[in-house]
Amino acid sequence: MALLEVRDLSVVFKRKGEEPFTAVDGVSFDVEPGQTVGLVGESGCGKSVTSMAIMGLLAKRGVKVSGSAKFDGTELLTLSDKQMRDRRGQELGMVFQDPLSSLNPVISIGLQVAEVIERHRGLSRKEASVQAAELLDKVGIPDPKRRLSEYPHQLSGGMRQRALIAIALACRPRLLIADEPTTALDVTIQAQILALLAELVKETDTALIMITHDLGVVAGLCDEVNVLYGGRVVERAGRHDLFRVPRHPYTHGLLASIPRLDAPRGERLSPIRGSVADNIPWTQGCAFAPRCPNAIDTCVEVTPAMEPDPVVAGERLLRCHNPVEPADRVEQEILT
Amino acid sequence: MLRYTIRRLLQLLIVVGVLSLLLFAWLRSLPGGPVSALLGERATAETRARLTEELGLNDPIFVQYIKFVGRALSGDFGVSTGVQPGDPALDIFLQRLPATLELSILAIIIAIAIGIPLGYLAARRRGSVLDNLSVVSSLIGVAVPVFFLAFLLKQVFAVDLGWFPTAGRQEGGIDATRVTGFFVLDGILTQEWDAAWDAFVHLILPAVALASIPFSVVFRITRASVLDVVDEDYIRTAESKGLTTPVIRRRHVLRNAMLPVVTTIGLQTGALLAGAVLTETVFAFPGIGQALAIGFERRDYPVLLLLILCSAGVFVLINLLVDLSYALIDPRIRTRGGGH
Repeated sequence: MALLEVRDLSVVFKRKGEEPFTAVDGVSFDVEPGQTVGLVGESGCGKSVTSMAIMGLLAKRGVKVSGSAKFDGTELLTLSDKQMRDRRGQELGMVFQDPLSSLNPVISIGLQVAEVIERHRGLSRKEASVQAAELLDKVGIPDPKRRLSEYPHQLSGGMRQRALIAIALACRPRLLIADEPTTALDVTIQAQILALLAELVKETDTALIMITHDLGVVAGLCDEVNVLYGGRVVERAGRHDLFRVPRHPYTHGLLASIPRLDAPRGERLSPIRGSVADNIPWTQGCAFAPRCPNAIDTCVEVTPAMEPDPVVAGERLLRCHNPVEPADRVEQEILT
Repeated sequence: MLRYTIRRLLQLLIVVGVLSLLLFAWLRSLPGGPVSALLGERATAETRARLTEELGLNDPIFVQYIKFVGRALSGDFGVSTGVQPGDPALDIFLQRLPATLELSILAIIIAIAIGIPLGYLAARRRGSVLDNLSVVSSLIGVAVPVFFLAFLLKQVFAVDLGWFPTAGRQEGGIDATRVTGFFVLDGILTQEWDAAWDAFVHLILPAVALASIPFSVVFRITRASVLDVVDEDYIRTAESKGLTTPVIRRRHVLRNAMLPVVTTIGLQTGALLAGAVLTETVFAFPGIGQALAIGFERRDYPVLLLLILCSAGVFVLINLLVDLSYALIDPRIRTRGGGH
């Protein structure tokens, strides 16, 4: 049994006077202890909403969550608010995208780290502060004792993200969700933060769900990758398999749209046509069909199911009627 | 911080100085004048001329101003010609100041004690009956003129129902010892509980009338501010830590939501005097506001000048206090320019 088993998770937003909007539409995946699983896709593909649903952070009103998310055998979706609060910060940690807005501007860094220890470990403020300093040291913040009394605006972007990681890992959670943890940072800092996450996760055998739109992050960190489109997983494979032979036209498009230094001069980037705004629900046919270069008649008529890849060997699931032929693949040197 | 405070206090002196000049010129340019006010319409031209000469009103205006400043610096702001004729203006001010302070403090306490919790609740239950009712009542609070509300409260609760006294600061028959000039405080200090209670009861209706606008503004700002803050990313972070709701509310929501509210409270406190002129007049409450109203009616230049100058000074001082307290709550302001 996996540490986290997500089955057929759906999230529907219902606002008064508006059509219900299905943000997540039957997502399933597993995360094993020590494993890093990537959720990849463009903005609006449902990756963040999936993580918020697992964490129980979605609003109570106007949102309908269905399906199942079992953590260590316990169904998270039906837990009471109090039971969920007991687990958040304790067994489930989360790192957010924008470190400046994710830290409270008027509370010292020390208290923001200590309060989560205080809450779950039942320590006094003083004992928790000592541990907070140790944590800041561990995530690579220099002079941690002095930092305790400083405020978010006094830290650099990278330091803030380190502080957020310290908060998320303070109680040694068994599952960590990182929601685009490097998007708001400089490229050089991004690499540092990713290395730090990878190191900490390995050291403590923590399961990590990495949410990102950045395939470089996936290549560097994830063991298994789920590519999401329109609220559904369209392709799942180990990272090597995925990068070597992207089978779903969407995955293929994502990889092909990365600018490459070794491309011949003058060659244009090949973006994916259209935008997620053209999103159609998965009611009939494939939601990606309108943007898909490989679309055939079946694609608009029959909704594809998630099935093992009929051609390429390996553990891969695919939701596509007309996958990209392995020969067409773009050479991926990211991995080599 | 200290240097900042000193600089602001120097600014205060400049403000009061410039204002005194403007006021002096403006008051002199008003039609009528102290002579007519003192002597009435039927005085002979001869008596008028003599009084005008005695009051120094024949001197050029800048000579009058310089004389005024010279006397003012030694604590002599002239003698009242209309509010309490014959009394030094400074005495009138000092004697009435506690009354208005008492009234204003109670009004601000009412505004804060109801406005902030109600604003928080309304925001958390947005769209509920409570929310809609309080938004409407705050609209009424801003829209209804203070004097009208004062009259209404007086008519209903003092005249018709007889629950509260109709006017004044204290019943004449009560034997009260004066210590500070704050009647409620005096009663408590001397343990004359009946005097303290009576003075308090006299404050209630005028304070409620005076509180109507600050309450409405504090309520609306609190509500809007809480609505903003609960959607902030750091509240989601606090939730992701599994903190309990009371801790999130106190430590994360309210502290941030209070920043704009503190500014509002400061501005509203400064603006209370405008309301006090009306409320004190309606309730015959012997404070600064009433003195201003009477002073304008009777062209009592010395009293008007002193009261307006002091009010301006208080306004600037309150703003300074607000800025300082802001630095206490918001670390981003505290460290700006200092140390880092």
